[in-house]
Amino acid sequence: MVNGVFEWERPLVELENRIRELQAFTKEKGIDFSQEIATLERKADRLRAEIFSNLTPWQRVQLARHPRRPTTLDYIGMICTDFLELSGDRCVRNDEAMVGGVALLDGIPITVVGPQKGRDTKENIRRNFGLPHPEGYRKALRLMVQAEKFGRPILSLIDVVGAYPGIEAEQRGQGVVIAENIRRMSFLRVPVVCVITGEGGSGGALAIGVGDRVLMMENAWYSVISPEMCAEILWKDTGRAPEAAGVLKLGARDLLELGVIDEIIPEPLGGAHRDREEVARRLKEAVLRHLRELMALDPDELLDRRLKKYRAMGRLQEQTAERLEAIRSGQAEA
Amino acid sequence: MATLKDLFRTKPKYVTVKPVQGEAGPVRPPAPKPKEVPDGLWAKCPGCQSILYQRELSKNLHVCSRCGHHFHVGAMERLAQILDSVETFEEWDGEVATVNPLGFPGYEEKLARTQEKTGLREAIVTGVGRLENYPVAVGILDFAFFSGSMGSVVGEKLARLFERAAERCLPVIVVSGGGGGARMQEGILSLMQMAKTCQAVERFGRSGRPYVSVLTNPTMGGVYASFASLGDYILAEPGALIGFAGPRIVERTIRQPLPSGFQTSEFALKHGMIDRIVQRKELRPVLAQILRLHAR
Repeated sequence: MVNGVFEWERPLVELENRIRELQAFTKEKGIDFSQEIATLERKADRLRAEIFSNLTPWQRVQLARHPRRPTTLDYIGMICTDFLELSGDRCVRNDEAMVGGVALLDGIPITVVGPQKGRDTKENIRRNFGLPHPEGYRKALRLMVQAEKFGRPILSLIDVVGAYPGIEAEQRGQGVVIAENIRRMSFLRVPVVCVITGEGGSGGALAIGVGDRVLMMENAWYSVISPEMCAEILWKDTGRAPEAAGVLKLGARDLLELGVIDEIIPEPLGGAHRDREEVARRLKEAVLRHLRELMALDPDELLDRRLKKYRAMGRLQEQTAERLEAIRSGQAEA
Repeated sequence: MATLKDLFRTKPKYVTVKPVQGEAGPVRPPAPKPKEVPDGLWAKCPGCQSILYQRELSKNLHVCSRCGHHFHVGAMERLAQILDSVETFEEWDGEVATVNPLGFPGYEEKLARTQEKTGLREAIVTGVGRLENYPVAVGILDFAFFSGSMGSVVGEKLARLFERAAERCLPVIVVSGGGGGARMQEGILSLMQMAKTCQAVERFGRSGRPYVSVLTNPTMGGVYASFASLGDYILAEPGALIGFAGPRIVERTIRQPLPSGFQTSEFALKHGMIDRIVQRKELRPVLAQILRLHAR
């Protein structure tokens, strides 16, 4: 990728630049290029549809990692008002790789949490590239428990490569914290809506990803393992990550089919970064619709449905006694 | 300072030893060749390299008599070690079978091979047995089966274990006998088993019965970051690898060598993540003690 442009979208971007140049030229010099512009725009539309309507899983992973993709704080800024950021886990420190606070969503007070990637190198260093330590997850949980206390619904915006794999993170119990978050989040007596906005990296995403509704942006990914690590394990070659992305079924449509997510939020053609306002509008609409439905349920009903949903996840088959006998005696393949 | 004499010093005589070239570059001085161990009769200890007589090892609960290294123990053998007798063990949900939900390449073949090799149908055996005559629900993960990793079947069998235990007011012991994390081949569905099992543990907890989680080598990733971390009592065998991220990933991320003893049971104990380290021969007595303390 050069300057935020992928190789496979280069022809389109070049065409778009050309159109912009012509438009600027028209304005400056007063020469009418409207016909040329119209032709080029038709061509650009065709190209856009061609390139973006058949994205491979790996291309979507790349879009999910686009440096200009809106981050958690960007979304909060666009969909909420009155955001009051809160800090700290009351135990170790304030992990800036995880953000959270209270805000109004269309007038409804909510608690919002989510990992935060940096928008430039300096911010990335401060935010540890959006890879939370245990204290980040504890902070998120603290805010969610606070939400439960005040009967506020929760919005979790998820964009995380994974929980940080470091020495201190292990010392402070990364695994234990993730387990505790999953357990506690599962039983919160307020509505929880999670949205995978970018990357959904394994346990680090699930630790803030158990909810009544889990939505996913069209080009986001959510998987038990990153395509790179999967490729490393399968073929000892991270270069084959594009293949692994296909094998892992990590795209929004796959996850909808597998019953892991409830809805896909469509992105503007070419990815969320191409029209931030529009994608924020769609996000807000979907979140509000689900929250309003959930807020109508009483907490027992809410919890019951949430637990039933997760209880049913997974695919297996029950074998009959005859078939088991056949397997035991080696007459059939298992 | 060089003197004139140095200029005329005769060239020292060297003897050239031609290095033995292997595929991976020069071979180091002949490493002690791994002694060929005939199948089944002898075992080599990874801890101290001793050659141990298999029957002795088995009698010693698969712990090296010289250095105390704890070998992997299969699910059935582990049951025999902790229960009064395997004859009274009643297996649950043996008929729950694995499918290939993602169409992951090579999964069915590897499953079939592993089933044949281990005699197990999945990475966990669950059921009810007796320990010092206390009835107890038990789940044992087996490292030999996909590194003891959790896919849909492991998650389901664990959920049913906790549910049935709650119904019958039984305590639960789960030995994460080498939890290799979430099973990659079942993708996101494996991840969801973390949620399913955490929820099962919490609901079971409302029965007021104890859940003892025993961590053995290795307990990592999705297994560690879910049910294995949620025991009312968390015990670990000595020297087990315990943690969330794999040590190689951590090393690659921080770009420096890991401190010795990183992510061992001892490390987990020191940092407050587990209750006790328990030698294998002490495991049954300690489990019995916990059951006694919870006797009704």
